[in-house]
Amino acid sequence: MDYFLELFFGGLTRGSIYALIALGYTMVYGIIELINFAHGEIYMIGAFTGLIVAGVLTHLGFPEGSMLVIALTCAVIWSAAYGFTIEKIAYKPLRGAQRLSPLISAIGMSIFLQNYVMLAQTSDFLPFPELLPRFAFLDRFSGVLGSSELVIIAMTALVCVGLSLFIKYTKIGKAMRATAQNRKMAMLVGINVDMVISATFVIGSSLAAVGGVLIASHIGQINYFIGFIAGIKAFTAAVLGGIGSIPGAMLGGLILGWTEAFATGYVSSDYEDVFAFCLLVLILIFRPSGLMGKEKTQKV
Amino acid sequence: MRGKLTLFALVFAMASLLLAGCGGEQKEEKKTEAPAAKKLVLGVAGAHSGDLASYGLPTVNAAKLVAAKFNAAGGVNGMTVEIAAQDDQCKPELATNAATKMVSDEVKIVLGHICSGATKAALPIYLESRIVCMSPSATNPPLTQSGEYPNFFRTIAPDDAQARLEVDFARKLGLTKVAVIHDKGDYGKGFASFCKDFADQEPGMEVVLFEGVTPGAVDYSAVVQKIKNSGAEGVIFGGYHPEASKIVSGMRKKGLEIPFMSDDGVKDETFIKVAGKYAEGVYATGPRDFSANALYKEAVEAHRKEFGTDPGPFFPEAYSAAIALLKAVENAKSMAYDDLIEALHSNYVETAVGKIKFDGRGDAEGVGFSVYQVQNGQYVEIK
Repeated sequence: MDYFLELFFGGLTRGSIYALIALGYTMVYGIIELINFAHGEIYMIGAFTGLIVAGVLTHLGFPEGSMLVIALTCAVIWSAAYGFTIEKIAYKPLRGAQRLSPLISAIGMSIFLQNYVMLAQTSDFLPFPELLPRFAFLDRFSGVLGSSELVIIAMTALVCVGLSLFIKYTKIGKAMRATAQNRKMAMLVGINVDMVISATFVIGSSLAAVGGVLIASHIGQINYFIGFIAGIKAFTAAVLGGIGSIPGAMLGGLILGWTEAFATGYVSSDYEDVFAFCLLVLILIFRPSGLMGKEKTQKV
Repeated sequence: MRGKLTLFALVFAMASLLLAGCGGEQKEEKKTEAPAAKKLVLGVAGAHSGDLASYGLPTVNAAKLVAAKFNAAGGVNGMTVEIAAQDDQCKPELATNAATKMVSDEVKIVLGHICSGATKAALPIYLESRIVCMSPSATNPPLTQSGEYPNFFRTIAPDDAQARLEVDFARKLGLTKVAVIHDKGDYGKGFASFCKDFADQEPGMEVVLFEGVTPGAVDYSAVVQKIKNSGAEGVIFGGYHPEASKIVSGMRKKGLEIPFMSDDGVKDETFIKVAGKYAEGVYATGPRDFSANALYKEAVEAHRKEFGTDPGPFFPEAYSAAIALLKAVENAKSMAYDDLIEALHSNYVETAVGKIKFDGRGDAEGVGFSVYQVQNGQYVEIK
């Protein structure tokens, strides 16, 4: 039973990170039907910002407790700026184009950002300081659920609840839902669609940055390439849950995390990815729009 | 009309290819010539162009330096040493060409090849023509262990030597149950498989877990849980440092304080930098440090003087192999195949990688690996 619980919490931690990143994919897709392949790189840039800020703060002699908050805030602001700019440079000029063009532009952006960070920073792995707080009372259970895991799970839950409330009750949240439903109609009723799209990118990027700082601090290392695999996994999670659906992205992330953890624990870590992607294929066969996605009839 | 043009183009292309071939050959002939009575030709084969040239060219430099050194001291048995280089780009099909060229030039001793695949392709040709071949870098174990190539020697330790040392060391630590983890890559998995085989053969030792992790995965907590659950008393990891540091820090955070051992992919300063305090106490095997050898220092100095740069990979091994080959000729006092083989097996020679002799299979005795441990933020050799 202990073993099961350990795997359960391990999967939950990993799934939370997937969910945080997947929200960005799903929101952008929900609004403009674009898969933002540069999203994984935003996560990576968030982690790098966290590293640089934490380095500066340590140098200035800040207390440890405040470091996580400041590093997270800076990472969120910086990544949000990146997300905003990317949309303006790479996607907005192509908004009227065929669907393939912004997709290719996204892949180009992803490769550009990877190489840019590699050149600007380094291609080596870098150590990341432990920013997450440690709880002494949890030390007894650290084999099952450590402090950093608990913080990651709690933060993700908090962020998800906050996002749901934000979308449900704020004016911009309503505008986002309206735009997702029908962009042309939203424009006609006076919603500034450009602003809504920018807001979506900013929010999605902020969530990815939170994920980046949390996971980097949890595993203690980063390099310029971490966004690629995390991005692919999060994208899988978004599709699994039904791309375009916010609860779907959360559910998809958790399910993917658990699948990987239990596949590793009870079968073999050799087959971790095999099980994860088999699950994706199966779900897409039986529910083509994902677990919580709505099927849309497309007019030709 | 169109057909004729194509035909003409084809003929022209073939003719120019032929010409190019002839040109190349003429040039090579000028360089090597048939070995006259007063000349000893040392063949050097390996990747001298293409994307792996950086592995092959240091060998050519090493051969040139050693040849110059012997010539300055009056040559080998009164013969002047000459270098005949053949490029194989680490490709097996080009390696057979290179080998055939060596045969037709009547070269008796060959330094090379660089890559295991190319070496394997060339060896039957050398064996048939009774040519001695010594590689500074081909680490594939069966090249010597299969016993098929008595004409093959190497100055680098084979891949399995490291695994052997690892398992022996685990034994020394008193471990009876080990978990063997690898990164699914050619190098990591190969190393881990050897470790598993050796540990299985070892009486009283058991491999309780043998698994691969995906490099770059978000975290390895599940694998760490599995190690813990398996009851392993120690972990042997085959792969590189990014994965190793993630696994070891995950283990320590989960309160799993069992020994962690790894290979020379982890014996890297970056590992200590990234894993930080979790790196403390980690064991890693790595090539024995021979920078204190007088001949090694001399070779590096000579390289700087002659070529203006620091030597590249496998330079000390190549330098040592060239010395071993020429010394064998000196000791055998003949160029006959059997005499050369006999001389290589029976005489110790002083080289850049230490005092070496070749065992019955052709592996150099004395070169190899040591175990290191991270102590106070740096790797310390464990004697």
